[in-house]
Amino acid sequence: MRHIISVLMENEPGALSRVVGLFSQRNYNIDSLTVAPTEDQSLSRLTVTTSGDDARIEQITKHLNKIIDVVKLVDLTEGAHIERELMLIKVKAAGAQRAEVKRSVDIFRGQIVDVTSNVFTIQLTGTGDKLDAFITALGDNVVLEVARSGVSGISRGEKTLAL
Amino acid sequence: MDQLSGGEMLIRALHDEGVDIVFGYPGGAVLHIYDAIFNQDKVEHILVRHEQAATHAADGYARSTGKPGVVLVTSGPGATNAVTGIATAYMDSIPMIVISGQVESRMIGTDGFQETDMVGISRPIVKHSFMVQEVKDIPHIIKKAFHIATTGRPGPVVIDIPKDATDPKQKEKYEYPKDLKLRSYAVPDKGHTGQIKKAVDALLLAKRPMIYSGGGAIQDNASEQLINFTQKLGFPITNTLMGLGAYPASNNQFLGMLGMHGTYEANMAMHHCDVLLCVGARFDDRVTNSDTSKFCPDATILHIDIDPASISKTVTADVPIVGAVAAVLEEMNDQIDKSDKEVDKQALKVWWDQIEKWREKDSLKVRPSDNGIIMPQEVVKAVFEITEGDAYVSSDVGQHQMFAAQYYGFDKPRRWINSGGLGTMGFGFPAAMGVQFAFPEAVSVCITGEGSFLMNQQEFATCMQYQLPIKIICLNNQALGMVKQWQDMQYGGRYSHSTYAESLPDFSKLAEAYGHVGIKIEKSDELYPKLEEAFALKDKLVFVDVQVDPNEHVYPMAVKGGAMKDMFLSKTERT
Ligand SMILES: Cc1ncc(C[n+]2csc(CCOP(=O)(O)OP(=O)(O)O)c2C)c(N)n1
Ligand SMILES: [Mg+2]
Repeated sequence: MRHIISVLMENEPGALSRVVGLFSQRNYNIDSLTVAPTEDQSLSRLTVTTSGDDARIEQITKHLNKIIDVVKLVDLTEGAHIERELMLIKVKAAGAQRAEVKRSVDIFRGQIVDVTSNVFTIQLTGTGDKLDAFITALGDNVVLEVARSGVSGISRGEKTLAL
Repeated sequence: MDQLSGGEMLIRALHDEGVDIVFGYPGGAVLHIYDAIFNQDKVEHILVRHEQAATHAADGYARSTGKPGVVLVTSGPGATNAVTGIATAYMDSIPMIVISGQVESRMIGTDGFQETDMVGISRPIVKHSFMVQEVKDIPHIIKKAFHIATTGRPGPVVIDIPKDATDPKQKEKYEYPKDLKLRSYAVPDKGHTGQIKKAVDALLLAKRPMIYSGGGAIQDNASEQLINFTQKLGFPITNTLMGLGAYPASNNQFLGMLGMHGTYEANMAMHHCDVLLCVGARFDDRVTNSDTSKFCPDATILHIDIDPASISKTVTADVPIVGAVAAVLEEMNDQIDKSDKEVDKQALKVWWDQIEKWREKDSLKVRPSDNGIIMPQEVVKAVFEITEGDAYVSSDVGQHQMFAAQYYGFDKPRRWINSGGLGTMGFGFPAAMGVQFAFPEAVSVCITGEGSFLMNQQEFATCMQYQLPIKIICLNNQALGMVKQWQDMQYGGRYSHSTYAESLPDFSKLAEAYGHVGIKIEKSDELYPKLEEAFALKDKLVFVDVQVDPNEHVYPMAVKGGAMKDMFLSKTERT
């Protein structure tokens, strides 16, 4: 099963490589990874999506917790949560195509953020599934380039991942 | 407050941390540090002849004393040579601090002379690592490094120091921190009382209980608690290769080592038990045999470990207890004393009757030899008798290691010094040096094989320099015996690159070339007298080259892919 694990870690050199290294060293897979400092400059928040059965996910969280730089973590998929990913996508948009692409962008509540006579650059946020669906909806031979941020997430309600 | 350079700070901080000995080897990136060593007399530095040996010596020191071992190496090749020793310590959870020099900060990333990304290379085999950025951080980093290396599940910590951070011209205020706050590192101590109660209840209901204890019991100095616990309950106990000595081998409740080369009775009792208490061990594949679905099929599994990640990693625990072994056992002892339930004595008697039957098989019986050929097992038995079972015994990896583990009955913890997890040939001799430095008056024996010994033989020179009277007992079977045994059993006796009889050195002469004593033993009637002669040379290093039966195998041996009850008992007998 797919899991989204958010990790609060020391904003120290080497911390990221220890987390990433753990995944390759123990043969766990990384589907996506995002990392950036938090409002507290001494902490970074890293979000990784991975998959495996319960035993595997338990090992992953235990081993992550063992990393000295890791302060706290949460498996967001264990509870209600909000998941978002940002995609910037460049698509062919010439002639009759332009209106059709624009329609798809509106349906998916995206924004066209840059335009040339032949190309639209679109920004879209949502769950990974929604972004996948948008790419499918555009059809073949339209997509020129895709940049996805990787999944970021936060739990619903009053639960927080903080010190 | 003193003004010190980074190099001076480092040595002063080691002293403030209680370190009296460092094993190392100099080079360009650490010359400032070596100069700081020269100018003081509080921390002794031991010059080894290869950085790998420095790590194993520090490791032997750590295993025998329980204190962290400290290593100092230069950048590049010095650091990479230390890698095997760091991995060895990591796999066996040994507290160790490795200080490696690094090129100057401004040179990092330029492929400078002797530059290696040590933090990167060692990342998967350390508990943690530090790269010193500024001189003033050094005391704090040392404090943190020792705390991390020695607490919780211990392990090696690397501190990489760029040369400019030790520059004698740059002096900073030195103060060794008293306390330490690490918000991201907490050490579990006591176990959860409710979980402990569940475990105690299960143990008191058991009909066929079994205790399986490992290196964790030794690391946490929990022998006393383990002995109390085991004897209070009257249960059978086995130790892993890493756990030997935590429970006295001479006690009747001890069934011997378990696992791939464990005794028949230990492995049978494991397989048939209904409640298994694992104390500080990790269900390693050399214990469980590769297919864990066949492991202890009837058992409720209770697992005490300080590392939550060790629990339910390979074998699912029914009652996990995260905590320090000694504290958990102590609470178990208390709860048992207070419990209104009692051990099922009747069931236990039936269980012990069964175990005694297994014991009668005498799976460690030594096959008599012909024509005065020496059996390797007899050598270990003789060493045991001559040293009255009271030596520190280090070993390497191979058949000789298993014979040492099987036939030297360890009654005390921290006496058996052995690379269990990584299985590092070349470990034994330098580890015996570390032991001898820690206990100058004790008998430090290295039971080795000629193959393993050749991997760190250069340490003969270190032993001469520091006058270390180690006794090296080489079970010379003129082959990579353990490899050959597998080739006999699984590859139709095709000895691909496991024999080299014609090119072995004359080991006695080799020892003599370094100024040591060499003794060669070829016939069984010489075994006792010559070994006695060797051990009588109290202040000399003696290399005893014992020519043993080259065709002997280690038994019992687990049947590949089987359950623990599936063993070869000899070349012709299988369970
Ligand atoms: C550094 C290293 N390389 C290879 C091995 C694989 N290996 C395990 S046992 C063994 C043979 C050891 O020979 P020897 O030291 O003579 O011991 P014996 O088995 O003959 O008693 C080898 C090559 C190892 N454990 N360590
Ligand atoms: Mg050999």
